[in-house]
Amino acid sequence: MSENNIICHDNLVYDKTRVMTDKVLHYCPGCGHGTAHRILAEAIDELGIQGETIGVAPVGCSVLAYYYFDVDMQEAAHGRAPAVATGIRRVMPEKYVFTYQGDGDLAAIGTAETIHACNRGENILIVFINNGIYGMTGGQMAPTTLPGMKSSTSPRGRDTSTMGNPLKMTELVAQLPGTYFVTRQAVHAPANVRKAKRAIKKALDYQKLNKGTCFVEIVSNCPSGWKMTPTQSNKWMEENMFPFYPLGDIKVPEK
Amino acid sequence: MARKGDIVINIERCKGCEVCLSACPHEVLALSKEVNSKGYHYVVKVNSECTGCANCAIVCPDAVITVYREKATSGQ
Repeated sequence: MSENNIICHDNLVYDKTRVMTDKVLHYCPGCGHGTAHRILAEAIDELGIQGETIGVAPVGCSVLAYYYFDVDMQEAAHGRAPAVATGIRRVMPEKYVFTYQGDGDLAAIGTAETIHACNRGENILIVFINNGIYGMTGGQMAPTTLPGMKSSTSPRGRDTSTMGNPLKMTELVAQLPGTYFVTRQAVHAPANVRKAKRAIKKALDYQKLNKGTCFVEIVSNCPSGWKMTPTQSNKWMEENMFPFYPLGDIKVPEK
Repeated sequence: MARKGDIVINIERCKGCEVCLSACPHEVLALSKEVNSKGYHYVVKVNSECTGCANCAIVCPDAVITVYREKATSGQ
């Protein structure tokens, strides 16, 4: 069979999902946000809930998320996405509601909203992208920055004696009775992307059970903020981020 | 013999991040010398070893790659 014959509709195994718009993503080359957007959109597509899904966009690099998802989207004030999602889900309990937030949004200014939404057990999905840095504003230190990690506001590395310790939000919310499914994933390699997509799909599907908040952390890279090439940043993430933020399910529903 | 596949690359969306290069098990992909309208060296197919595993498309942050794979019953 010649190669020309392979490219036909019957042989299609992978194409950009229709839940993502054709707009070119504004993210830096190699940024995990793009992959995270795509798997979330694919999960919505595969569950067939495009018309019933409402997303809440954060402030940060992913502030323009509403341009890329072809679902109903709402922008929230900085850190307040879980509060906005709470309102949306309570008024429209038949809808699937997700928030998409970075670590500066969810773990810094939005800590209160995140913890209280999880503690109340709101039936929403929180997708948390953790790259350990404030990417959009120029690579400043975030609550999730690793000890010793350099950023523009910790040029000699994060000194935990004066700058505090990194915040493990995912472990924190897993202890709350309101959370139903809490997991940490990554999107830098094919196997991880597949696992992360399965986790998101499961979390979206759990919403119809009304059992509580689902929380999916995606450990991601920030090539621009970390001052590395995308490939280097993925390697650095494997060597430094994963030992501190270990991947895997933290809280799974009881059978 | 492994099933054959092929990919279509949307060069205008590509940002040349090279994440797909390390994901490909058969070294099918490489960066071009030319740049696209945004000035990025885009990814190109350099051999015909593609098996349509879709690893490149799955890790691509910008949804650049469309993957095709021949049916198991056809060919060979």
